[in-house]
Amino acid sequence: MKLSALRRDIVCQQAVELVTDYLEGRLSRHETRRFEAHLRACDGCDEYLRQIRATIAILGHVQPEDLAPETRQGLLELYRQFREE
Amino acid sequence: MHSVGPGASTREVRATYASDVSDDDLVRRLRSGDESAFAELVDAYHPSMVRFAQTFVPSRAVAEEVAQDTWLAVLKGIQDFQGRSSLKTWIFRILANRARSTGAREQRTTPVDVEDAATVDARRFDAGGMWSDPPAHWSDEVVERLSAGYFLEKVQAAISRLPEGQRAVVTLRDVDGLSSKEVCEVLGISEANQRVLLHRGRGRVRAIFEDELARP
Repeated sequence: MKLSALRRDIVCQQAVELVTDYLEGRLSRHETRRFEAHLRACDGCDEYLRQIRATIAILGHVQPEDLAPETRQGLLELYRQFREE
Repeated sequence: MHSVGPGASTREVRATYASDVSDDDLVRRLRSGDESAFAELVDAYHPSMVRFAQTFVPSRAVAEEVAQDTWLAVLKGIQDFQGRSSLKTWIFRILANRARSTGAREQRTTPVDVEDAATVDARRFDAGGMWSDPPAHWSDEVVERLSAGYFLEKVQAAISRLPEGQRAVVTLRDVDGLSSKEVCEVLGISEANQRVLLHRGRGRVRAIFEDELARP
């Protein structure tokens, strides 16, 4: 089987460590081909990459706490003091 | 369905306010003493700055002080701002340096990220390195659950459990949407180091999500 041979080319334990380099576009063309061939043959690693992508998207939804009006006011006071000096 | 193709769902650029377009204008207004320019910057960055500073200092209150000191440094330094990096990157670099030295003064131990380099527990692979316990499928419904408001509080908690370096990089890259180049500038680290920290941090957050989903 051609697919299983490709899957063996990189093992899953190696593939999961390539995910970030892949997403960052830091794999060589050859490495990218091997990595993508592994994904096509391996549901576990394909799912793993999907989950890392989902994780990144979820992290992007985290908002900082709202700026409290008194904090904002305090910083503007700080600014005025600075300008006066 | 195969998610082949790098970067398909990573946000290259998040449309945060005060990008390059308005940098020049803001800097000019700040230099001329326009208070509204300062207020715009505070509104845009202060909450993120306090969150990021907490990576290095032991409490929210100290992070708030560090952010405040940073604003003073920004006001004092704006005349010398060269525009070699974006205003945001410049401000966050000042913040990172201050937060780090304050963190060191507060005697907070700075853990070096030396522990386990693997991002997936080795026990989940067989002797040949193939999955023996592959990740369970996350349906769209599951991802929606993970993106819900109540869960996002847990996400923030998950981030705060990361070792310092990973937390800093994940916060800047994935939460605040900085580019890898900007993250390197803010933290003064190499691109390769940045990638390692990002890799471990994301992997660890994914594992925390997986554990959360496995709870009854």
